Amino acid sequence: MLNFILRRLALIVPTVIGITLCAFFFVRVLPGDPILAMAGQHGVTPERYEILREQFGYNLPLWQQYFNYLGNVLQGNFGVSLATKRPVITEFMTLFPATIELALVAMIFAVVVGIPAGIFAAVKRGSWFDQLTMGVALTGYSMPIFWWGLLLIIFFSGYLGWTPVSGRIALTFFLRPITGFMLIDTLLYGNWPAFVSALRHLILPAVVLGTIPLAVIARQTRSAMLEVLGEDYVRTARAKGLSARRVVNVHALRNALIPVITTIGLQVGLLLGGAILTETIFSWPGIGKWMIDSISKRDYVVVQSGLLLIALIVMAVNLAVDVLYAVINPRIRVK
Amino acid sequence: MTLMKSLLAATAVLALTAGAAQAKQLVYCSEASPAHFDPGPLTGGNDFDASSHTIYDRLVQFEPGGTATIPGLAESWDISEDGKEITFHLRPGVKFHTTSYFTPTRDLNADDVIFSFERQWKEDNAWYAYLEGMTWDYFQGMDMARYIQEIRKDDDLTVTFVLTEPNAPMIANLAMDFAAIVSKEYADQLEASGDLASFSTQPVGTGPFMLVDYQLDTVIRYQAFPDYWDGKQPIDDLVFAITTDPSVRAQRLLAGECDIMSYPAPADIAQLQADQNLTVMEQEGLNIGYMSYNVTEAPFDNVNVRKALSMAIDKAAIIEAVYQGAGEDAKNLIPPTMWSYNDAVAADVYDPEKAKELLAEAGVTNLTTDLWAMPVSRPYNPNAQRVAELIQADWAAVGVTANIVTYEWTEYRERGKAEDRKGPFQIGWTGDNGDPDNFFATLFSCSAIGVSNYSSWCNEEFEDLIQKAKTTSDQEERAELYRQAQEIFKAEEPAMTLAHSRVFMPMKKTVLNYKMSPLGNHSFKGVDIEE
Repeated sequence: MLNFILRRLALIVPTVIGITLCAFFFVRVLPGDPILAMAGQHGVTPERYEILREQFGYNLPLWQQYFNYLGNVLQGNFGVSLATKRPVITEFMTLFPATIELALVAMIFAVVVGIPAGIFAAVKRGSWFDQLTMGVALTGYSMPIFWWGLLLIIFFSGYLGWTPVSGRIALTFFLRPITGFMLIDTLLYGNWPAFVSALRHLILPAVVLGTIPLAVIARQTRSAMLEVLGEDYVRTARAKGLSARRVVNVHALRNALIPVITTIGLQVGLLLGGAILTETIFSWPGIGKWMIDSISKRDYVVVQSGLLLIALIVMAVNLAVDVLYAVINPRIRVK
Repeated sequence: MTLMKSLLAATAVLALTAGAAQAKQLVYCSEASPAHFDPGPLTGGNDFDASSHTIYDRLVQFEPGGTATIPGLAESWDISEDGKEITFHLRPGVKFHTTSYFTPTRDLNADDVIFSFERQWKEDNAWYAYLEGMTWDYFQGMDMARYIQEIRKDDDLTVTFVLTEPNAPMIANLAMDFAAIVSKEYADQLEASGDLASFSTQPVGTGPFMLVDYQLDTVIRYQAFPDYWDGKQPIDDLVFAITTDPSVRAQRLLAGECDIMSYPAPADIAQLQADQNLTVMEQEGLNIGYMSYNVTEAPFDNVNVRKALSMAIDKAAIIEAVYQGAGEDAKNLIPPTMWSYNDAVAADVYDPEKAKELLAEAGVTNLTTDLWAMPVSRPYNPNAQRVAELIQADWAAVGVTANIVTYEWTEYRERGKAEDRKGPFQIGWTGDNGDPDNFFATLFSCSAIGVSNYSSWCNEEFEDLIQKAKTTSDQEERAELYRQAQEIFKAEEPAMTLAHSRVFMPMKKTVLNYKMSPLGNHSFKGVDIEE
């Protein structure tokens, strides 16, 4: 097992280097000058422009800038935001819990609804439920997130008044973050109404962010289940006289879940991407919105380090999924 | 240990909020997070709303809802006969905020004033570059270093600004956000502890509100300053709920999550106006959207060609289609709300036939030109691409072919400055301080060529008038000079003045005494909320 993990880790090194290269050069081919973007409508004098270019190292050849950047990153220095002058890593750590909390709740929503729906659709293959579920899943998969989010806000928050429009907690609660996870913090404070408020604020963004993974998981579960249900061992289990519930839950599901877990792992990367739009719509103070704001401000440092940090996390999650997969299916370890 | 500390702090915060259960709270849905809280180096309107207008004061300030300057931290000021010395008499007994990180031992004095400017001005000042890569954009942009020779302390409550030459707009400049007065005592404390950067995140000012807490990209909380020199504010707590999307801001206001919001999307205004719990205030913005002709390039060097091209544009149709009723035809460079506006200048006429004649007289046939469209939406021009398409169609009708060009925003402005730029260039301006000089000299003086004079237009007569107006202290005399300058501008048509936009501010009917600022800032000083 250790061997397997080490092999996986070794694969990560070239990927990380590739990502630093991409993050660094993509940001530089964006049109626009970060120093001019920092200056307001009055602009900046040519002398001051040169001084700043030098200060930020933008006057150096690109390759040299890249190696300086890489050297800093390896020492854990992700730079200082051009706009706020705060260390990028500090901002990232402040905002990251909000993204994780949202992504986790969205994922729980997608799994809790998606897997049973997929199983049921497979068991009742061809029924109206199957067709409805798959139809809804296809619609959910094709839904533009921005439009879907605004639609839900207008209906549930504006028209029905059931859910809050945006934010993480009602503004009447003033709680300084402890862990950064609002649900946990409100419990640590022992403030039950605040916990309820935080939960209510999570509903719409989690539904919006969870919609696409939900659709993917439901479809994946259905097709995996269908495949497994046709296997010999399932037929044997049935022939043994086991109850239909036991056949599905114990014999079929365990095997069907292997590809589903991979799918869930892959969805984590997509969730972080989807979070960019969801966070923007719901004013959710996470890293997605932070990245978007930084791109529009041409905050090179935040964009390239933010990209790298997000990529590192996605890779870590994928590694965890691989390990989990190997635990469930020992054959993988050897391959 | 950290968790324990946090829990203790949390208990304290809870106790505070419990005690303040009856506090009057005003929630403002703001459009963006502030970069930090030191207004000196900042440039964004949202930055200033969160710092300059809440936490700080200036020597002089703009009257609420207007652009006239009134006393602020200075009770009064005298200008010497030669116009080269302005002496400010500071208000006695002005307190700085007492916070968890700073306890002032003295009231505001001349040292604070001198420090507030020298840190932006003198490169050898320890605070000149206290944040990595910082620039004092406004201090430099307003050319303060060129006009200020010395800031002199006459006594604890008297400061004199010695100028290199008489400069009438200086008082208005000192009312601008960058000129906020900061605490030298606090700066000294931070310098002694080597923690300069905290100056921008843990602010100490004399303003109506004290910063209580800022959660990045989420919320800013302020508390009314009990010892404010102008009296404690009617509200106890002020909350900025940061909400970047304008439609979501509107939904939050409709759902009662905030009391007042900034910059609604034009498409949401009708719905907000229709809600019986809301009021939508509106005001002409102190801005101008225009299109600069490069007068150094043929055929735009010919005034009749410029006039013909302007005449061929149906401005009313553009304002209707693009500004959606929130714009006003601009016949002058400055908006009608600004003093010295010359209403005698004839309005632009839409006359494609006359335009064709003028072009033919000038010998211009089958003209093909670039037409520049900004890539961003600005209050003075919400959709430059659409404007360009409409102009393109209007010009096609008089035989002029326009190719629309655009670039990323900073790139766009850089390329626009090139003296050999081909084709008319859309741009605009939002006033900084309500002084006409801030429009005329900034945008069309000879020295602004290559900086912000996108027409590369240098007219001797116009230049003489605006330079004379700058050094004259009598306002009526200045107004007359600017009125003449507007006539020359219209006769020479270095740019087609398109529109001044209107700005909307939706709020609950329970919000009292809010005054919209023509300068576009959002100040909650004096605002109350009905319970």
